[in-house]
Amino acid sequence: MTSVALLGQILDHANRADPYPLYAELRGTPVVRDESGPYLVSTYWEIRSLLHDPRVSSDVRNLAPEARTVPSTDDPELPPSFIRIDPPDHDRVRRLIMRTYGPPHTPRRVYDLRGEIGGIVSALIDGFQGRDRIDLVEDFSYPFPVTVICRLLGVPQEDEQRFHGWADTVATAIEPPVGTPEEQQAHWRAVREARRQLATYLSGLIDQRRRAPRDDMISALTMDRGADESPMSLPEMLSNLTLLLIAGHETTVNLITNGMLTLLRHPDALKQLREDPDLIFPLVEELLRFEPPVQLLPERTTLDDIEIAGTTIPKGASLWLVPASGNRDPQRFPEPDRFIPDRPDNQHFGFGSGIHNCIGSPLARLEAQTALTELVRRLDNPRLVEDPPPYRRNAVLRGPQHLSIAYDGLRR
Amino acid sequence: MALDGSLERLRREGHIVVVGASLAGLRAAETLRTEGFTGALTLIGDEPYGPYDRPPLSKQVLLGRVPPDHTDLPRHCAIDARWRLGVAASGLDLAAKRVALADGTSVEYDRLLIATGVRSRPWPNELEACLDGVFVLRTRDDAARLDHRLKAGPSRVLVIGAGFTGSEIASVCRERDLPVTVAERGATPLVGALGSVIGEVAARLQHQHGVDLRCGVMVTGLEGDSAGRLRRAHFSDGGTVEAEVAVVALGATRNTEWLAGSGLAAGPRGIACDAGCRAFDIRGIVADDVFVAGDVARSPHPLFGYQFLSLEHWGNAVAQAEVAAHNMISPGERRRPHLWTPYFWSAQFGVNIKSVGVPNMADHILISQGSLDEPRFTAAYGYQGRVIAAVSFDQAKWLEFYQRQIEQAAPFPLPFTTVDRRPEGMRPVPAGFPDPSVPTHGPEVTVSGHSPTDQRVTFTPA
Ligand SMILES: Cc1cc2nc3c(=O)[nH]c(=O)nc-3n(C[C@H](O)[C@H](O)[C@H](O)COP(=O)(O)OP(=O)(O)OC[C@H]3O[C@@H](n4cnc5c(N)ncnc54)[C@H](O)[C@@H]3O)c2cc1C
Ligand code: HEM
Repeated sequence: MTSVALLGQILDHANRADPYPLYAELRGTPVVRDESGPYLVSTYWEIRSLLHDPRVSSDVRNLAPEARTVPSTDDPELPPSFIRIDPPDHDRVRRLIMRTYGPPHTPRRVYDLRGEIGGIVSALIDGFQGRDRIDLVEDFSYPFPVTVICRLLGVPQEDEQRFHGWADTVATAIEPPVGTPEEQQAHWRAVREARRQLATYLSGLIDQRRRAPRDDMISALTMDRGADESPMSLPEMLSNLTLLLIAGHETTVNLITNGMLTLLRHPDALKQLREDPDLIFPLVEELLRFEPPVQLLPERTTLDDIEIAGTTIPKGASLWLVPASGNRDPQRFPEPDRFIPDRPDNQHFGFGSGIHNCIGSPLARLEAQTALTELVRRLDNPRLVEDPPPYRRNAVLRGPQHLSIAYDGLRR
Repeated sequence: MALDGSLERLRREGHIVVVGASLAGLRAAETLRTEGFTGALTLIGDEPYGPYDRPPLSKQVLLGRVPPDHTDLPRHCAIDARWRLGVAASGLDLAAKRVALADGTSVEYDRLLIATGVRSRPWPNELEACLDGVFVLRTRDDAARLDHRLKAGPSRVLVIGAGFTGSEIASVCRERDLPVTVAERGATPLVGALGSVIGEVAARLQHQHGVDLRCGVMVTGLEGDSAGRLRRAHFSDGGTVEAEVAVVALGATRNTEWLAGSGLAAGPRGIACDAGCRAFDIRGIVADDVFVAGDVARSPHPLFGYQFLSLEHWGNAVAQAEVAAHNMISPGERRRPHLWTPYFWSAQFGVNIKSVGVPNMADHILISQGSLDEPRFTAAYGYQGRVIAAVSFDQAKWLEFYQRQIEQAAPFPLPFTTVDRRPEGMRPVPAGFPDPSVPTHGPEVTVSGHSPTDQRVTFTPA
């Protein structure tokens, strides 16, 4: 069995700005073992098939401890969140959450946020007034999704500031650790402390909503239970509410930032979008294919030997799927390295696929569509100050750390 | 590669006629155009409407959420066709390449596609079938009539036959809070399509939703009052039930009568065609100019021992129409086989049911994920030691995996470990399909032997 030494390079920060040539190299062997241990799967149809394969587990507890390469981001004092567990427990929690969030039970939850999302976007852009340059990440992308999640969950506006603080710290847990051992220790302590405060805050809010429910998701979660479902325990609620926060944070930041970056690199597409705002719908899908915020799905485990693309992945192996590579697979997408805003037949892996596919996708789409349309409409002659921009360390949730944009003025 | 002259001419200026202007007919016409056919196209349909979608008729439409006339099929491209709607094809002259129409006119063709589908099997006693309050459900008009009557709040609805359509109708009635009795000749609902192990789960769902379910009985008579309105039904076990509405859901008959005497291998089981969708004649020779697609077709499938399958599946109609259209205007070496793996869905009692493969060929079944009790599960069906089908209740996301196992002829029972495998799922049990010589109400998939003219399996109405 051959192996490659590509994972190290993919994780290497030096390659963050453009990992796509590495993925292309990886696709030379659709399923291959990396010398560091895990199996890497990089081609579209193989990824798709493994995302739908019941012999593949998302539960890290199935993985031999020595095969673990990523530090766990879950809080050890809480049960694992449902992105990290398998059916039937996964399905139960997902159903309970979906009942309070999407059709058929609560079809209007996201739709009803439309107006508020528009308002948040306008307010953030109004804040650029009197300047000729912004850091899109700091001034827009970063604060935006947390504010939206607060409204979705029902965090009172007067608490939003505190909530942002915890969210930002908790979100750093997904970054690979840096610095001296002491600095890393301090970092983990800060994350734990933010988690604890967040959990305490959420417990209080849950308790309040239990006593005086409102029209928000936390109230619905505390009140509603599927007819035949045992309700979530408090620790389960805390774990999964924190997941909603983390899963919908950095990802959305990166989609919006990657979106502006890509548009500024493709002035024709930007011009087209300005003239035809409806282009935003296929354009966001193409972004999710072309620059997906979630590049890798690490550490799934095989529960049995799996034969695929001429290779047998043994039982108990650690499996890393590379959806960002599948999204550029020429066997699936014609001209995969071109950004085609109205690309037809665009079944990308931006939101995953199979039972763990993103439950936040309707919300994330709405956020990105609204944000990009408004940014493009209101910024007069926007220009990239630096290309490529500096990137965050994280290779899984990949995106710029800053995106400096200069412009001539703000339209109303 | 150069096309031979006559095919080139056909593609440019030939005349293609499609009989049956519904799902298969429309999708075929669209494929012809997208693949470059620029000649004349005629669509003949006996319904007065353009192509519309049927699955919503027993779901959203009957629930009153979508009006019957809001079910038009979405158009994928302009087809620039001549529409002959509201007139039936009444005969076919293969030698003269001519379709006769019920209004006395006729249409000549260079290539013909037959997509006349199926119709509901009516209540066998004609007098009783004419009682006010007795319905079938196949067309938009049927749905409008039934919806209208359900709105009036009948004291009780009787559904005769608990196949997919009958079960969906019962589900809608309960959702509309109407009392409903379901009579099924088999041991459980859905037994013909999914076997009795799954049928038991379907029965439990019906009970839980307040359906008065009577299995193992036949409806022997429908009784009207002096004004000709349905009043009561009689059962083979001596029982009766008072009902103002009865919906007859006893499966379907193929619309092939108009082909009698044409020389095509057409009969009550459909029109036999090869995997390239070319129709067989009664000598077992394929006709070069006549193609078949959709519910009316029976075609051999390599995954299932090359037996002829008749499928009443939406997805099959689309896939087969596309293959037929492609082959109609392609030279031999570019023709494609119709290798679609059967796939079906149904929505009833809040559960989303999906199946792949041909369950009713199976001898055994195994609950491979989840549990019948919840009831959220995926079950695999085996036939002589290989996987032949799978069904899921609210677990559709796994079916793609099972489809691949079927296509690769994986061994049964599935030898591997998966997520959510329960102790009860370790051991295969008999799938519980009724003896095929005593068919129940419309299994929706029919396996009908190896010969194009084989019509041995006959249906005896309940
Ligand atoms: C109530 C209902 C619910 C369904 N639900 C599902 C579901 O959930 N999932 C699923 O997979 N499938 C479902 N189906 C089945 C699906 O709708 C069919 O598989 C599909 O309609 C087949 O398309 P077709 O074009 O082959 O045939 P049809 O739709 O039957 O069309 C044939 C057309 O030809 C016309 N015709 C017949 N004879 C002649 C003639 N001599 N001359 C001219 N025209 C003629 C007919 O009137 C009809 O308009 C459902 C069907 C019904 C009725
Ligand atoms: C652009 C933004 C987003 C992207 C690109 C994204 C991407 C993804 C991907 C790829 C997965 C699959 C993970 C896996 O298979 O292991 C996923 C799962 C998930 N996402 Fe998102 N996401 C986004 C926004 C959101 C938002 C806004 C929310 C919350 C409101 C959210 C909540 C979740 C949850 C809860 C899961 C786990 C689902 C499960 O395990 O069943 N995501 N997301």
